[in-house]
Amino acid sequence: MSRSSRPPWFLLLPALAGLVFLVLPLAGLLARAPWSTLGTRLGQGQVLEALRLSLVSATLSTGVCLLLGVPLAWVLARASFPGLGLVRALVTVPLVLPPVVGGVALLLALGRRGLVGAWLDSAFGITLPFTTAAVVIAETFVAMPFLVISVEGALRAADLRYEEAAATLGAGRWTIFRRVTLPLVAPGVAAGAVLCWARALGEFGATITFAGNFPGRTQTMPLAVYLALQNDPQAAIVLSLVLLAVSVAVLAAMRDRWVRT
Amino acid sequence: MFKRTSAAVLAASLALAAAGCGDTGDDTSSGGGGSKTLTVFAAASLTETFTALGKTFESAHPGVKVRFNFGGSDSLAQGITQGAPADVFASASPATMKTVTDAGDADGTPQVFTRNRLVIAVPPKDTGKVAKLADLSRSGLKVVLCAPTVPCGAAAKKALAAANVTVKPASEESDVKAVLTKVGLDEADAGLVYRTDAKAAAGKVKAIEFPESAKAVNDYPIVEVKKAPQGALAKQFIQLVLGAQGRAALTGAGFEAP
Repeated sequence: MSRSSRPPWFLLLPALAGLVFLVLPLAGLLARAPWSTLGTRLGQGQVLEALRLSLVSATLSTGVCLLLGVPLAWVLARASFPGLGLVRALVTVPLVLPPVVGGVALLLALGRRGLVGAWLDSAFGITLPFTTAAVVIAETFVAMPFLVISVEGALRAADLRYEEAAATLGAGRWTIFRRVTLPLVAPGVAAGAVLCWARALGEFGATITFAGNFPGRTQTMPLAVYLALQNDPQAAIVLSLVLLAVSVAVLAAMRDRWVRT
Repeated sequence: MFKRTSAAVLAASLALAAAGCGDTGDDTSSGGGGSKTLTVFAAASLTETFTALGKTFESAHPGVKVRFNFGGSDSLAQGITQGAPADVFASASPATMKTVTDAGDADGTPQVFTRNRLVIAVPPKDTGKVAKLADLSRSGLKVVLCAPTVPCGAAAKKALAAANVTVKPASEESDVKAVLTKVGLDEADAGLVYRTDAKAAAGKVKAIEFPESAKAVNDYPIVEVKKAPQGALAKQFIQLVLGAQGRAALTGAGFEAP
């Protein structure tokens, strides 16, 4: 596959239009940014608080996604049982579900009066809504499919013969998974984790619905942007710039290290 | 595999978004042929009342369609100052109206046409934990308020300050409907909402009146937008709202006379 071939005009023109379409809003953001007051606005406690909460919750939720999502991807890629197609469809539902609906669903399942939440409350005295844990749960709910799909694809593409060779040499299933399978699909896992983290960082609808909005506890950057937009658009632009800078920096750093295509 | 799926999902959602947006921007200025469209930007709390008044207006003016854009007063005001094609702006607070008048986008002086006050909303299966405003400060009680930047949050802050009650809210919601949702689902024990919103959600929440709400009554101003595509109709609609029919519809929904 040669990558240097000149693209034909009928692909090049829409490709350029697509690129402009994606970049133009960001240019608007940069053009309207109040650069002169940027420093003082960034120093405000609430911005740093929201940024810290966003980074912590997105990272925690990526961790949870890895712990649960990689095994789930393995099952989808390697196991065979009736209803596998249904399971795969279910896993991708959060991908197409409007996040606000996801938030309502989380309330109905894990809220104080929810299916499981009512039991959590009566048995352990735990109520999830309006807590930072709820932020992590909401982000995990919307981000996990990104990881699962990415890892499942990698697992399907991986050569099964390595694992078979390890098995004939006497390795146990756990050793094979840890020493052969995981290293084989590491780039897929890394790519999935990065996507997952980025999705979690930008999560808005499920978070504001399930976790509410309180500075320092559940107000992540996207929520802060939305609320600032209602009465102080300049502040919203500053917050958006911070979020943009952080995500671009992290994605660029990760891409260079792990996700080289 | 992933790339293809996500691209398809993205394309689909973009198409949906485009379809959704296209509806709002069009045919405001379709003045010809006896069919005119009057565009009214109104605070979300006016949804039920203004929809009914719009029907009244349409039957009194054959060939005229009234289209509403209901939303948070802040974002509506921002929209108008950014040049959104509105004829009438009805806001839930003088502060948000001021955004429009300060930008020189109002034609004439805004007139206060109604007032709204707060009530305590509690879940329908209320256990009697909350009876008065001071109860909201009790520890262990989950209280949700509107964020102080939106009108209902500003009113809540004012009422609580007037009553000298300190509340540690579990959440500061982006609008009054979000507060109702949290209380209606019994996730919160109490919230402060407009009396009209509680009335519209009767059955889902129970409303408790409190005397301190008199200290934080919201005035609702209405004005014709300066670059109104349908200026004459805008004036007539405002007259309808200010007149006896408007008054009756508003008080029926729980609003108060100005």
